[in-house]
Amino acid sequence: MTAETTGTLAVETLGLTKQFGAFTAVDAISLQIKPGSIYGFLGPNGSGKSTTIRMLCGILAPTAGSGKILGHDIIAESERIKASIGYMSQKFSLYDDLTVEENLNFYAGMYSLSGAAKQARIEVMLQMAGLEHRRRELTSNLSGGWKQRLALGCSILHNPRILFLDEPTGGVDPKSRRLFWDIIYNLAATGTTIMVTTHFMDEAEHCDEIGFIFEGRLIASGAPAYLKEAIPGVLLRLPDPDPMARLSALLQGPIPLLDAYVHGAGLHLLIRPEHVENFAGTDYTRITPSLEDVFVHYVKSRREEHTS
Amino acid sequence: MAACIQLVELSKNYAALRAVDRLSLEVNSGEIFGLVGPDGAGKTSVIRMITGVLEPSAGQITVLGENSLERIKSSLGYVPQKFSLYGDLTVWENIRLLGSLYGASPAQIETAATEILTFTNLLTFKDRLADNLSGGMKQKLALAAGLMHKPKIFFLDEPTTGVDPVSRREFWQMLYGLNKEGMTIFVSTPYMDEAELCSRIAFLHNGHLVACSSPAELKANYPYRLLELKSVGKDLRQHLACEEVHDINSFGDTYHLAVTQPEAAALAVRSALADAGVPILSLQEIPPTLEDVFVALAEEGDKT
Repeated sequence: MTAETTGTLAVETLGLTKQFGAFTAVDAISLQIKPGSIYGFLGPNGSGKSTTIRMLCGILAPTAGSGKILGHDIIAESERIKASIGYMSQKFSLYDDLTVEENLNFYAGMYSLSGAAKQARIEVMLQMAGLEHRRRELTSNLSGGWKQRLALGCSILHNPRILFLDEPTGGVDPKSRRLFWDIIYNLAATGTTIMVTTHFMDEAEHCDEIGFIFEGRLIASGAPAYLKEAIPGVLLRLPDPDPMARLSALLQGPIPLLDAYVHGAGLHLLIRPEHVENFAGTDYTRITPSLEDVFVHYVKSRREEHTS
Repeated sequence: MAACIQLVELSKNYAALRAVDRLSLEVNSGEIFGLVGPDGAGKTSVIRMITGVLEPSAGQITVLGENSLERIKSSLGYVPQKFSLYGDLTVWENIRLLGSLYGASPAQIETAATEILTFTNLLTFKDRLADNLSGGMKQKLALAAGLMHKPKIFFLDEPTTGVDPVSRREFWQMLYGLNKEGMTIFVSTPYMDEAELCSRIAFLHNGHLVACSSPAELKANYPYRLLELKSVGKDLRQHLACEEVHDINSFGDTYHLAVTQPEAAALAVRSALADAGVPILSLQEIPPTLEDVFVALAEEGDKT
């Protein structure tokens, strides 16, 4: 069991590729995820995030390349891997016409849990999801955030060592999102490795490592702090009560902007250092970029490469 | 500004569940009106009742001065939460179908469709099957479909859920453009940065209206002062729990601490983290964001 000793990567892929007919959904992705870390997998819609995760879970066969989960090959040893991974997608298939507890019971059965161990595990999940008092309620009566926490509970009943979360908080309100991430933190703190995709860039800030995928390719990866240092230019925040109008005006103005967009009640402007003086008369502040800035920078620069 | 939507004591019951509870509010012409609230607050039910998809259990709806939605429904556009167009039709076919359902002539449809697909950057994809569009493009198609009959009031139910940050921005630029041309926008969203772009926001909780005003007013009425903590540690809750701190929320890579006395709370936090051996990168008072307001209102709503 040398592969299970510490130091083995939780997830490792080499040139992982998936083609659907003539379309290359995932293009030679090589990535490494350390055990016990939270890995954020980011990219625009349709960039290949879900396809990659499905290959890692053994749901989809790769066209080329290879991958290992805890040292085990994702193709040759897919059955063996299944016991050590959990997978939850945005469209998790909870049974609406079963109660909360019945759903947990069903999934516990799928994972071959039984007897006292099964009951104990179900109780832990109910508590984690805050659903102890709603255990006999029909799942169809739960709203988004509750359903997602139940879905998470169903996917970690068997104590997986690696958890794949595919847009787990899509359509979930800000308060429920925080509750959800508190749970993720606790799981990571107890040694579970987590690979998560999200469109909420504030969630991505929680990750130890980020991989950016664009049109099937991994175009950047590293710790959030490293990625922020890597974007060019200076980021300014310009408060404005009507940011949309200010943005339109600036975009038509003479100052060259690397990027400009509305952020809350103001604008974020990415500009070359020599253009900062153009804003001398305004109440701008210089800020460190957020991961949202990083994301937008990578996506836009790739799109420009395509059109030029 | 004239009210174009008036709700008086609007309620909706689903068996024993009261999804919307005596909701009264007004939306002015030309506003971007945002509807926010925790999951299950009743946002979708409200939109469905105003657009005539769902029958209210009680209360009154007046839209554009009419109580009968049948008479003004051609002035309303509605983009539902779930993509409801035909996946096996192309972009162009979907748009043409929608146009003819609204009774436009082939020539009118041709002109309007070209204009709207140009506006939504979908014209180059017009022959692609809707099923083969990415999430962001599907939402733009839904938006385009809702615009075919040039509505006066446009309802959108969480239009950017599952849409990446770049596409989300493009989507809001479009909404803003439509609004500048005079269209009233009524939109629900779980993204607080989007709520920030609305003229006014209604905060719904368990079917009740908890607050309704402009983003600036909502932030001004935030009941606490706020400390922002940056630290290297994760899961610092256990160290931060003390009587000076009312609430702890993680915001990206920082913590927001809701306090009443910033100086006293900062001292308590500094000493607690020093005892725990957790280094502080920065600790300072900041103005609340709409996310902070949301979390506070949701908790207030939970208590009542």
